[in-house]
Amino acid sequence: MPSDTTSSVNINAKGLEQNSFDAIVIGSGMSGGWAAKELCEKGLKTLVLERGRNVEHKKDYPTTLMDPWDFKHRNNLTSELKKENPIASRCYAFEEASQQFFVKDKEHPYIQEKPFDWLRGYQVGGKSLMWARATQRWSRFEFEGPARDGYAVEWPIGYNDLAPWYSHVEIFAGISGNKDGLETLPDGEFLPAWEMNCPEKHIAEKINSQYKGRTVIQGRCAHLTQPKQIHLDQGRGQCQARSICHRGCAFGGYFSANSSTLPWAMKTGNMTLRPHSVVHSIIYDEKKQKAVGVRVIDANTKEATEYYAKVIFLNAACLNSNLILLNSTSNRFPNGLGNDSGILGKYIAFHEYRGNVNATIEGFEDKYDYGRKPTAAMMPNFRNVYKQEMDFLRGYMVHYSAGRSNWQQGYDMDGIGEDYKNKISEAGQWNVYMMMQGETIPQEKNHVRLSKDQKDDWGIPLLITSIGYSDNDDKMVKDFLEQGSEMLEKAGCKNINALDNGRVPGNDIHEMGGVRMGKDPKTSLLNKWNQMHHCENVFVTDGASMTSVGNQNPSLTFMALTARAVDYAVGEMKKGNL
Amino acid sequence: MNRREALSRVAVLVGGSIVGAEFFLSGCKPGDKAAAGLPLSAEDMAYLDEIAETILPATSTPGAKDAKVGAFMNTMVTDCYEEKDQKIFLEGMGKLNAACSKMHGHDFMKATPEHRKELLTALDKEAKDYQKSKKPEDPAHYFSLMKQLTLLGFFTSEVGATKALRYIAVPGKYEGCIPYKKGDKAWAT
Repeated sequence: MPSDTTSSVNINAKGLEQNSFDAIVIGSGMSGGWAAKELCEKGLKTLVLERGRNVEHKKDYPTTLMDPWDFKHRNNLTSELKKENPIASRCYAFEEASQQFFVKDKEHPYIQEKPFDWLRGYQVGGKSLMWARATQRWSRFEFEGPARDGYAVEWPIGYNDLAPWYSHVEIFAGISGNKDGLETLPDGEFLPAWEMNCPEKHIAEKINSQYKGRTVIQGRCAHLTQPKQIHLDQGRGQCQARSICHRGCAFGGYFSANSSTLPWAMKTGNMTLRPHSVVHSIIYDEKKQKAVGVRVIDANTKEATEYYAKVIFLNAACLNSNLILLNSTSNRFPNGLGNDSGILGKYIAFHEYRGNVNATIEGFEDKYDYGRKPTAAMMPNFRNVYKQEMDFLRGYMVHYSAGRSNWQQGYDMDGIGEDYKNKISEAGQWNVYMMMQGETIPQEKNHVRLSKDQKDDWGIPLLITSIGYSDNDDKMVKDFLEQGSEMLEKAGCKNINALDNGRVPGNDIHEMGGVRMGKDPKTSLLNKWNQMHHCENVFVTDGASMTSVGNQNPSLTFMALTARAVDYAVGEMKKGNL
Repeated sequence: MNRREALSRVAVLVGGSIVGAEFFLSGCKPGDKAAAGLPLSAEDMAYLDEIAETILPATSTPGAKDAKVGAFMNTMVTDCYEEKDQKIFLEGMGKLNAACSKMHGHDFMKATPEHRKELLTALDKEAKDYQKSKKPEDPAHYFSLMKQLTLLGFFTSEVGATKALRYIAVPGKYEGCIPYKKGDKAWAT
């Protein structure tokens, strides 16, 4: 047992037995839910630890069926809520209707060496409740990028290693999309795609016909446009096009751990879900030379308990997975579990969202749309795809949508009275919104580490974030603003306004890395199976494991990596290797 | 005013961002405490109801008074406004009445609908002109605040959303291209 400042409980033989499982999953969100489902389906008695409260599908979505007028502030934030939560309230999804799913700033402080908005969801289901649900496979270009351009260590896997696992998770989660046949954005197992509205379609046609190598497609997303039996078996139904998803969906129309993987795991009878369980550290046994369990602090009583298992999956979400490993110290690993290389917590990267282009478009005054589409049009990266050709590394995905303004057009319109009221009660002009989602480069200096003198209420050191932009990011934003404006101009848009919105890292909620995969134990912490090089029964399969970050929305890749790693781990257990 | 709810109509969430959110977001910043004079009295709210009704009157569809916009303004100014905007709003209530006396020789509450409309049309122009010339850090015009809250309060109310506009809580499907003819009501969300 490691020496540690936290006193462990006395475990008698019976307690040991009661607290022993085949597998432990730390975290119950996007990837933890998948680990739980896959492990339980394979017959392993699995303990799922979640630091927050339980959130049961449907039952614990208090606002899911509320109408705008049901909210006291009509879904606006009070000045008090904003003042107390400068970090959380900068998130687009933090609303009167959804704020119950976000960590409040005061509850879980951290130390920002550079500005970093750390957005968290401490509850069963984690951020899978409030995610934006855009789901794209990586292409070979993202996996091959680091080796080709030398900006990060080589990925130990390629697209073909992950492709069957993308299929595996897509079928179960339910992903809508078209088979577009693009090398830069491989097709998957799709439910019917959403439809573009008239201006979106027009802009797509104009871009596709005027640019070689740029192809706009309808975005792919984790919504049940036409549920199959596997989704009905989960108790989920068709997406109702309400687009108020981050409140939790009463219809189970989008994928979340709460609606999908966790109840599925529970049904096997093999899952024990323990909310209010703050993981302090992973326990390393020096004689056995492997991890033997997890030390948990009860979130409410602050009582420490140890749980034991043969294999441990760490899915606490990127920065918290880093934190837990950094805090898992022993004589063998004084700098954090598996951290012989000294790079644990380093090479954190994220997605660049600083660029926006807004515009208007004319000619569709006799067109409208019905329902609220929960996703946008997208265009896979077109920069530096086949070779390095720009003055910056990597590239960006573009998303855009078009919508007709409604009553809010009245804010900037002269007038009062009957004519004014009638005018703003009609559909207004079509507006177009375009944004970038850029790949950032993992840099050693972008890191997290533990505070040496400050701890949280559970006796765990506070996390220090030291993550910032680079010159590469600035160049990429500039390129997007130019290209985005040009594309909209060529599509016939007017009033084009390109802006750097100045948002800080973290606000993208796509932080990745710190416990990266790689071929060489000297420069990475995990092997090609997301398995720790130096502690073989610990697997890290959330965003922390990412060697580079690509330009795609990342959750689908975390899901696929998790299912693949579980398959490998269980195989190794059966062979007696773990 | 934070216009997130309205955004859902025209902007789409695709990951870490609303497309174009920055285009709309403004106002509703944190404040320390409610300014003196808040919450408002029933009399104040009745006065605001009449101002709102002049901006968005009952026509073939209900008006601002039917949506209890005066009471809604009280809630929003008390809970969501920062102190400096609370002050502008409260002082504005007095200024509006003074402007009415100057223009028509009596209080707003005693003015005829025609006189009210004449006054608010002038104030709307005054606010618009001020808005054009002011620097971003300059304070808002009180009438801009009142007009914004009237729109938000009315069109997100049940009568506003379902009678003046079309509201469908559960669309059930999405159709990208449907016909629209002038005079058709817009979707509420």
